[in-house]
Amino acid sequence: MKKLKLRIRNGRVIDPANNIDSVQDIFIAKGRIVALGKAPDGFVVEGEIDATNRIVCPGLVDLRVHLTEPGEEHKATIASETAAAASAGITSLCCLPDTTPVIDTPAVATLIYQRARQAGKAKIYTLGALTRGLAGDQLSEMSALKEIGCVGVSNALLPISNTLIMRRAMEYAATHDLTVFIHAEDPWLRNNACVHEGVISTRYGLYGNPAAAESVAFAQHVALIEELGTQAHFCHLSTARAVRMLGRAQYDGLAVTADVTAHHLHLTEMDFGLFNSMSHVRPPLRTQRDRDGLRAGVANSTISAVCSDHYPHESDAKLAPYSETEPGISALETLLPLSLRLVEDEVLSLNEMLARLTFMPADILGIKAGRLAVGDAADICIFDPAATWMLSADRMVSRGRNTPFTGWEFTGKVTHTLLDGKIVFGPKAVS
Amino acid sequence: MIQQDIQLDENGRLRHFLTIEGLSRTLLTEILDTAESFSGVTAQSVKKVPLLRGKTIVNLFFEASTRTRTTFELAAKRLSADVLNLSLSTSATSKGETLLDTLHNLEAMHCDMFVVRHSESGAAHFIARHVSPHTSVINAGDGQHAHPTQALLDMFTIRRHKPDFTRLTVAIVGDILHSRVARSQIHAMTTLGVPEIRVIGPQTLIPVKPESLGVHVYHDLREGLRGVDVVIMLRLQKERMLGAMLPSEHEYFRLYGLTGEKLAVTKPDAIVMHPGPINRGVEMDSAVADGPRSVVLQQVTHGIAVRMAVMSMAMQRHPVGAGAGEK
Repeated sequence: MKKLKLRIRNGRVIDPANNIDSVQDIFIAKGRIVALGKAPDGFVVEGEIDATNRIVCPGLVDLRVHLTEPGEEHKATIASETAAAASAGITSLCCLPDTTPVIDTPAVATLIYQRARQAGKAKIYTLGALTRGLAGDQLSEMSALKEIGCVGVSNALLPISNTLIMRRAMEYAATHDLTVFIHAEDPWLRNNACVHEGVISTRYGLYGNPAAAESVAFAQHVALIEELGTQAHFCHLSTARAVRMLGRAQYDGLAVTADVTAHHLHLTEMDFGLFNSMSHVRPPLRTQRDRDGLRAGVANSTISAVCSDHYPHESDAKLAPYSETEPGISALETLLPLSLRLVEDEVLSLNEMLARLTFMPADILGIKAGRLAVGDAADICIFDPAATWMLSADRMVSRGRNTPFTGWEFTGKVTHTLLDGKIVFGPKAVS
Repeated sequence: MIQQDIQLDENGRLRHFLTIEGLSRTLLTEILDTAESFSGVTAQSVKKVPLLRGKTIVNLFFEASTRTRTTFELAAKRLSADVLNLSLSTSATSKGETLLDTLHNLEAMHCDMFVVRHSESGAAHFIARHVSPHTSVINAGDGQHAHPTQALLDMFTIRRHKPDFTRLTVAIVGDILHSRVARSQIHAMTTLGVPEIRVIGPQTLIPVKPESLGVHVYHDLREGLRGVDVVIMLRLQKERMLGAMLPSEHEYFRLYGLTGEKLAVTKPDAIVMHPGPINRGVEMDSAVADGPRSVVLQQVTHGIAVRMAVMSMAMQRHPVGAGAGEK
């Protein structure tokens, strides 16, 4: 399909990376932004999107998504989930290496890029495996993974066998200038528990995952980072204590960043809902104090990105006694709505919020995305900030309907998503 | 947060019996009173009443049990129900059949009630949420969550000896952390108005934030037993040594094992309970287990009447005049 020369008319353009926040037009040609404000000379508008009373911002960058393809296509596919991403204003997403087979060879990454291109709804970036097969005891071929385009390395949710291997993997990643994406959770303290160790685990007789599982692993990693100078990113923090430790590490000048999931910014252990398996996530939902600490971390940008940690499941995965269900939320479609709620709750301003969904995660990944300057790819999200709607599972675009947010009312709805200047979600441009 | 209790029907009557939590003192008392009326039946030479004739009850046990399964079976038979005992090791479900598949297959055989024991906390709630509307679910122990009929037979036994719950001090001794029995007992006692509940054990066997359950924690047995009316000893699973929760049975007995000498600090008429089976010489010595203060065997006997009460009430067939009828 030919890419039209587009005008996005009269929207409130917010691009936190370039300090833009004003009502103006955006002009797009050949998939790129060619002008803001005034049309360039000789620009013939072939299609127009009326963005009056809408917000026009960079396409969202979601730096943590579980892809279930290859390997678990019965849950969801790249095509189905990138369509869901497009419907949610997300144009770039970064997937974990825990596919089947694992992304520890260039072939798997290539396959994922290929499928994403075929689907054409969103750009997929990949993290390569930190260890071979994610088994935690041998190094992966990080150089080859970097060449094929992996933007970092990670051992996903799986533990590294011991601290010596952890150290060597971090050193090897540093050799190749790759950021290590860390899931900070001590596997022994975790004790296979699926709820926070607190009043809920006590009351309902479930093994508890203590806050110390995160802080102990966090401290251990920070000690290694300090010694090795590795570039590191901490994924989905869940405790206030880890946020404090992160702030201290940043103050000490370490190259560490972190993200948090949108659901950890809203839910607590109290959302357990009497064994409602939709509340089963990793890391577990923690206390209100933790949630407040995470919110404060996002507000003062100690935590620089909010992600979905999207994990779509087939319905059976959640139909079992609580501990036997699979953790995770189908979360692409609630990333922006939950983030906008933080603005409503006056945790931070709209522009600050959008920064944590656009250029800040893009910078963590080291990718050119999340910006609306002339010359940038026209990856754009347009949303109506006043539209109210209610989430219902059967209207979700993702094949995974596993969400604890059904019945929640949200304000703010995506109307258009553009990927390289092409409308991948929303009504056609008017010619 | 208000949650619609799936245990009750639209008229507030018992439909499932999954946990003590959330049930009213009135309802618990009604169950105990109903059990009292059945305890006469179980002592007669003809031990049957026709309340559940024509009903089919399935004992669905995913975890081994002798005492609980047997007393549920007896209770069902004394109510004249047809009983099917299924002991499904978890291997039955590991053959690829999900718990839900197993359940729906059994439901297709038109059973009226499932008595469920499962090793996972929340299993009984899960099953109750997925059975058809006419089927009742009784929790016979789910993971470390709840064992409500055990708790009620314990309350029944306590009430026989100490009629006024609001004047009691009760101590629960041992592995509180892993005990579904303790959790249900605590809920039952706080609901029935017991003013002081103590839990006694090493920190490794006490859950975090115990105060959220409404109990006081003691690490010293003698201190915790001082002046109590009821001593409930919990069973200690052998595998607790493996997870480094305890050094040895020997040390456990030395610190937390009940002996006649330690019992001396309780009230003189204090009773000693244990959900069974007892590890003699670990939780208590034989002199206490078989001694005059022990009501352990009464607990077993009362188990039948209490389970008859729960089963008949959940089938909406409880005797007239038991209390909940008027609207």
